[in-house]
Amino acid sequence: MTDAAIRLRGVVKRFGSLTAVDGLDLEVPYGTCVGLLGPNGAGKSTTMKMLTAQVVADEGVIEVLGHRLPGDSKQARAEMGVVPQLDNLDVSLTVEQNLRVFAHLYRVPKGERRAAIDRTLEIANLAERRTAKVDELSGGMRRRLLIARALLHRPRLLLLDEPTVGLDPQVRQELWALIDRLRSEGVSILMSTHYIEEAERLCDLVTIVSHGRAVAVGPPQDLIAEHAGGEALEVYGSPARLAEVEAQARRRGWRTRRTGTSVAVLHADGDHALDGERRAANLEDVFVLLTGEEIA
Amino acid sequence: MAATTAPAPAAPDRPRRRLGRLERSAVLGVMVREAINYSSFWRSSTFSSTVDPTIYMLAFGFGFGSLVSQVAGYDYIDFVGTGIVATTVLFSGAFPAMYSTYVKHAFQHTYDAILAAPVDTEELVTAEALWISARTGVYGCVPMLVAIVFGLNPSWGMLAVPLIAALAGFGWAAFGILIAARSKAIESFSYWQSGLLTPLFLVAGTFFPLDGLPEWVQALAQANPLYHCVQLVRDAVFGTWSLDDVWHAAFLAVFALVSWRLAIRFMEHRLIL
Repeated sequence: MTDAAIRLRGVVKRFGSLTAVDGLDLEVPYGTCVGLLGPNGAGKSTTMKMLTAQVVADEGVIEVLGHRLPGDSKQARAEMGVVPQLDNLDVSLTVEQNLRVFAHLYRVPKGERRAAIDRTLEIANLAERRTAKVDELSGGMRRRLLIARALLHRPRLLLLDEPTVGLDPQVRQELWALIDRLRSEGVSILMSTHYIEEAERLCDLVTIVSHGRAVAVGPPQDLIAEHAGGEALEVYGSPARLAEVEAQARRRGWRTRRTGTSVAVLHADGDHALDGERRAANLEDVFVLLTGEEIA
Repeated sequence: MAATTAPAPAAPDRPRRRLGRLERSAVLGVMVREAINYSSFWRSSTFSSTVDPTIYMLAFGFGFGSLVSQVAGYDYIDFVGTGIVATTVLFSGAFPAMYSTYVKHAFQHTYDAILAAPVDTEELVTAEALWISARTGVYGCVPMLVAIVFGLNPSWGMLAVPLIAALAGFGWAAFGILIAARSKAIESFSYWQSGLLTPLFLVAGTFFPLDGLPEWVQALAQANPLYHCVQLVRDAVFGTWSLDDVWHAAFLAVFALVSWRLAIRFMEHRLIL
């Protein structure tokens, strides 16, 4: 028995000439929420699919809830819930019917199915839409139903693949509250996302991935402090001015990051040589510094 | 902001039953999904699966039947009314399996959802084929019941027809799943339909006996599961059982077994990357 709900070591997955995952290490300690943060194409979805053995790794070791994959993946799948990025509900069925099917698939015993459905409807705040057909639901409700579906069998581990992608800010906040509640109840969570704010708010630990490998791991605040310092100085101006600021920062050993109309200068804490807007450094700064890529 | 890492709670040691291969509960679970879905579209599905063969039967029975009254020693309507089971097996076995498998995989992503639960491809394919097989068993009787209205004599042997149709239906459902698993686009179904299924359906002894055809066609018919299905149905309905029926039944069973295993293999290639 390992002490982590998920452990990946040196995992590689190739699709023809494309290497989607390239030696990835990843760990989700029990009871924590870990964010897999990276831009589109970094290998996040492939990684999520490997955890249910719907994609089989070419190299490396994958353990989920102490089960070695892909051989023991069925056992692992019985103990975890999966919320896919792509909505794969049965749209012609009702909310309740969708849950009933998965109560069977997750082997919820006959006498407990009804209670399991009631409980997850309550968690997902869908009790009043029980008899509605899925194609009558809003995008946010459908996402909540996907989460309810993944919780029917009281899983110890929840995989969330881009849980709030394409949703309104307000709906996103509701989902964050729901995910936070699950985390506080002790469910281990692995969440892939390319929303910086989501990772900062919900995750105990973040693994930043780029081109299929982990480039940094740690609590969001530690990563920010370590890589971006406490504060960023956002300097606006003409392109010529921005180039000058960059040169100046380089001479003093500070790191910079271009964001369209401005240059963010990092690690310049408390220095007043430059005029600009001061703001707290964030994970996005870390990400760009580490990978040279813009994220969203 | 998330709190700093809480002390990791020990992994809860809930006793879990060890899951086996090809579990009954997983197969039943997938079939429950089919059954619930079916409750919302059974009308259209029943319509196409029963009206098509019935129209074929009436058209041939009356159209062709006005030219010939007796075929192979039977009234023509009796001959067609029993042979038409082969059509039902295609219309409610192979075709729905092809289309629904493709749609559920490529468009609705249903299989992604199911395989993320503790269900394997083997269980998924088995459940889909069993469900379609059960439906085919029921639908296979419809043209025969219509034929009774038009003069086919009821017999005890007719009770075997749903079983024969279900056995053949399982094989063809699995074959349909296999076709869907091998098809890159739904358009390529045309090649299978026109190139394989239609010819098989015409040389199954449904509308005309095969003894008038060239010998090589008759030899080919021996490899046609639909032909064996038709022969079994006629022998059951008319009570003309012989040792040949063991061969017919064995052929259908082997066809079902091989199609089932191949469907699983090809679906695994398709679903597990």
